Amino acid sequence: MSEALSFELSRPDWPGPRLPEAGVQQPPAAESLPAHLKRRQAPLLPQISEPELMRHYGRLASLNYSISENFYPLGSCTMKYNPVANEAAAQLPGFAYLHPYQDESTTQGALELMHRLEAALCAVVGVDRVTLQPAAGAHGEWTALRMIQAYHQSRGERRDQVLVPDSAHGTNPASAALCGFQVVEVRSGADGRISVADLESKLNERVAALMLTNPNTLGLFEREILEVAEMVHATGAKLYYDGANLNALMGICRPGDMGFDAVHMNLHKTFTTPHGGGGPGAGPVGVKKDLEPFLPRPTIERRNGHYELDHERPQSIGRVRSFYGNFGMLVRAYTYILAMGGDGLAQASEDAVLAANYLRGRLEGVLDLPHEGPCMHEFVASARNLGEHGIKALDVAKGLLERGYYAPTIYFPLIVPEAVMVEPTETESKATLDAFAEAVQEVADLARSDPDRLHREPVSLPVGRLDEVAAARRPVLRWKPPSETAGESP
Amino acid sequence: MGDRRYTETHEWVDVADGVATIGITDFAQSQLGDVVFLELPRQGRRLTAGEAFGVIESVKAASDLYAPVAGTVVKVNDRLAANPELVNKDPLGEGWLIKVQADGGVPENLLDEAAYQRLAESGGS
Amino acid sequence: MPYLVHSPEDRQEMLADLGAGSIDDLLVDVPASLRLRRLDLAPGLSEMETMARVRELAAGNRVFDDRLTFRGGGVYRRFIPAAVGAVLSKPEFYTAYTPYQPEASQGTLQAIFEFQTLIAELTGLEIANASLYDGATAVAEAAMMAVVHTGRPEVLVAPYLHPEYLEVLRGYAQGRGFAVREGTDPTEDTAALVFQNPDFLGLIADGAQLVEVAHAAGALAVACVDPISLALLAAPGEYGGDIAVGEGQQLGLAPSYGGPHVGFIACRQELVRRLPGRLVGEAHDGQGRRGYVLTLTAREQHIRREKATSNICTNHSLCALAASVYMTYMGPHGLQHVADVSYRRAHALAAELAKLPEVELLYPERPFFNEFPVRMKNVLHRLRALEDKGILGGLPVGRWYSELADVATFCCTELNDPRALDQLLEALRRPA
Repeated sequence: MSEALSFELSRPDWPGPRLPEAGVQQPPAAESLPAHLKRRQAPLLPQISEPELMRHYGRLASLNYSISENFYPLGSCTMKYNPVANEAAAQLPGFAYLHPYQDESTTQGALELMHRLEAALCAVVGVDRVTLQPAAGAHGEWTALRMIQAYHQSRGERRDQVLVPDSAHGTNPASAALCGFQVVEVRSGADGRISVADLESKLNERVAALMLTNPNTLGLFEREILEVAEMVHATGAKLYYDGANLNALMGICRPGDMGFDAVHMNLHKTFTTPHGGGGPGAGPVGVKKDLEPFLPRPTIERRNGHYELDHERPQSIGRVRSFYGNFGMLVRAYTYILAMGGDGLAQASEDAVLAANYLRGRLEGVLDLPHEGPCMHEFVASARNLGEHGIKALDVAKGLLERGYYAPTIYFPLIVPEAVMVEPTETESKATLDAFAEAVQEVADLARSDPDRLHREPVSLPVGRLDEVAAARRPVLRWKPPSETAGESP
Repeated sequence: MGDRRYTETHEWVDVADGVATIGITDFAQSQLGDVVFLELPRQGRRLTAGEAFGVIESVKAASDLYAPVAGTVVKVNDRLAANPELVNKDPLGEGWLIKVQADGGVPENLLDEAAYQRLAESGGS
Repeated sequence: MPYLVHSPEDRQEMLADLGAGSIDDLLVDVPASLRLRRLDLAPGLSEMETMARVRELAAGNRVFDDRLTFRGGGVYRRFIPAAVGAVLSKPEFYTAYTPYQPEASQGTLQAIFEFQTLIAELTGLEIANASLYDGATAVAEAAMMAVVHTGRPEVLVAPYLHPEYLEVLRGYAQGRGFAVREGTDPTEDTAALVFQNPDFLGLIADGAQLVEVAHAAGALAVACVDPISLALLAAPGEYGGDIAVGEGQQLGLAPSYGGPHVGFIACRQELVRRLPGRLVGEAHDGQGRRGYVLTLTAREQHIRREKATSNICTNHSLCALAASVYMTYMGPHGLQHVADVSYRRAHALAAELAKLPEVELLYPERPFFNEFPVRMKNVLHRLRALEDKGILGGLPVGRWYSELADVATFCCTELNDPRALDQLLEALRRPA
């Protein structure tokens, strides 16, 4: 099954949609614009009717796996159910059609929502203030590091290093580098947790921050977090919390109480805003008191019963994007928090931990489990036990796709060979978890009985395994009209 | 040949008449997997020993290339732009990367064949 | 409890399977001193109560009639075909993950490939990426590309780049360690000349001339463009620009109080490996079937880590899909029509405004597209008076530029019908 590109469906004689006429006595741009400012050649956009357009996108939609139809056991991604009420809330005209440059007296509802969301997020993670501006997790990381940088500078300190565990997501070092920091890696110990000895050897007065996620990317709680926090703070550095794994902790414990000074959250993970096939997300950042002056501006303040945007923040790192954040995503997250309440969020995290441990138990003996349990909301298995049959983590992933499941995260974290990282979340039923465990067993059996067949899977999806090497060697990154590609070598 | 020397970062260098030919080792190409792209310096660029002079990419990995010797780049393997797979097929021959007019001799700290083999066998790093 | 699936019996069964008595047995690694007794938030609500609360907040906002909205400044009310909402609300799109597994993500991948092509066509450049967060961060990413590409330490910004974009650029520059200078006089230290076209006030720049100035100094030319205007105005690729960026909100996205919208970035072929973020490319499977994959990923953070071209991971894929549906719905003729209607109505409005007492066009001789600056006595007072009549008038720009304290920019789109123009003019003629 495949679908032509919209450009290939295009018909040059299609006149385009019916639109209103200008209705004013002014010459068209074609006659009145100076020639040198005018476009010479119209863009080659597709020309198709609405019925054809709807069928095109309908067919494309049918080529996707999605949370609405498939289980996504994607480690570190928290692919849980996206409540449909959230969508209805974000589409309310009072939110959707609000212009960001309206007078604050006409946007009190939006400001109140943001103020209330900030307070709720403060309560969940244990911080004093939250900025809602960052557009995604990586953007939040960068924002937090910029604040930490400004904090040290305000104290006349020049700290130029950021410590990152070897198990960290790639955005951590990338965000640190984007702030001009030198990245120093901290090793994990044999138990999968941060090596306190290695950390100690790398902590000094050049270090601005340690970036950590807890539970870590192996799904293990950093038992020595309080000692780690003390060590970091003793050198004057700050402790940064990557919120990728916050879904394990709501109502159980709080990063702020562990000693984290800055905490980013992914609303598109923990707080159920949909992933959209790769965004938009939202990556608010919470901070303790001493980082508060450096928050991006504007902040949202409640004064005399009114909500205001406060632009007058002299120590602010400035805006990190236009306007006030991905407001539509903030509406969704707030709607979710209202519906769940404190009791519901706590139960969600407990159920997430329970589901991960249950599934981990079901996979014992099927895949390697290199680290001792219990885990928190996710766990990392390894497919190296199938290596003798020539089967890799990639093959396990493709075998699961064939069986109707999205694949777990593979080859991450980098410190586990043939890593298969599984995060079931709280919104998958026991029946689904059982069926998934059986599918993994089936794949492992096939690895032993007929590895060649497994190498060829998936066979019933719209395409089989694609040649990524050829695609990267001679990249084709856009459609071109046949006349332009005719002369090119294959 | 036979005078080939190696770095701990898996480049090889072979100096003849003051011109050093530089490539990556067979071990390095096997670790990277199918090479899809190389970013190589322009002719005429000055390199110091140990300096990162380019990047090599596979689908799943990317790694910096380090100059084993100091000198001036006199030739770049143009064929790699269209055929990066040459690095996988023949890393020590047709898959060479650059030629450098070396400033001096071969630095003392480079590994000989035997020492490099030991490094590769121990997992590479 | 909403959205949870386990019955108490399920939980007991799963715990029993693990040999655990309670959830606490699974949380043994959490130090006792850290355990919360309760999460300090109000208890949850039914969907009915939740929606009532949310609607109450929405009602606390005042939304102006789209016909009577003349305010832009980077976010515009435009007609959004119902097809856009219908496609975006397909759960196969909005609840899918980043398309890391191509066999199960061809819908998203092909949609992104189409977006890349649409943006490349619109900007007249060769390659576009899968999207960025917004116009502001797109400018910053383009500036960083130029700094890395040229190895030069300064980015030059022409006057009237959106002030929020400039502020964001300064933040990125501080982090990355390059200078931002305002002006149009590049030197040998200049990595890029960045200009907005039309600029924040709505005025059209001579792109060709700015590109020439940039190139003469060996700098790249970065154009921040309005995508709708490109149906009429010269495209960056046509006048030699190296990188084009912009905000795609106008392509089918609601204002939504400023987000989520979508940033785009396009460049010449030579710069493709400096591009931030995701790229989708064509590929084939073992049977020769065409498909699409994420490609050139060695630029990105998950592989290159601290040496990546950017830290961006999650981008604005669904918003990019909206833009694709919009552009595909419109086609070249529709987009040109929308642009032309906006242009003509804005020019009609400008001509009429100029006739009002105590109102003058700030730059009567300079060409504009669909937004233009007006000098108006008591501008804030008059804008407030308009609001009382249900009209969201122009954007006062004095908060960003002290020299423009009495200036507002007015814009027109296809939504501001001729009668709406009359209503605005009438309201200005007869202050309450």
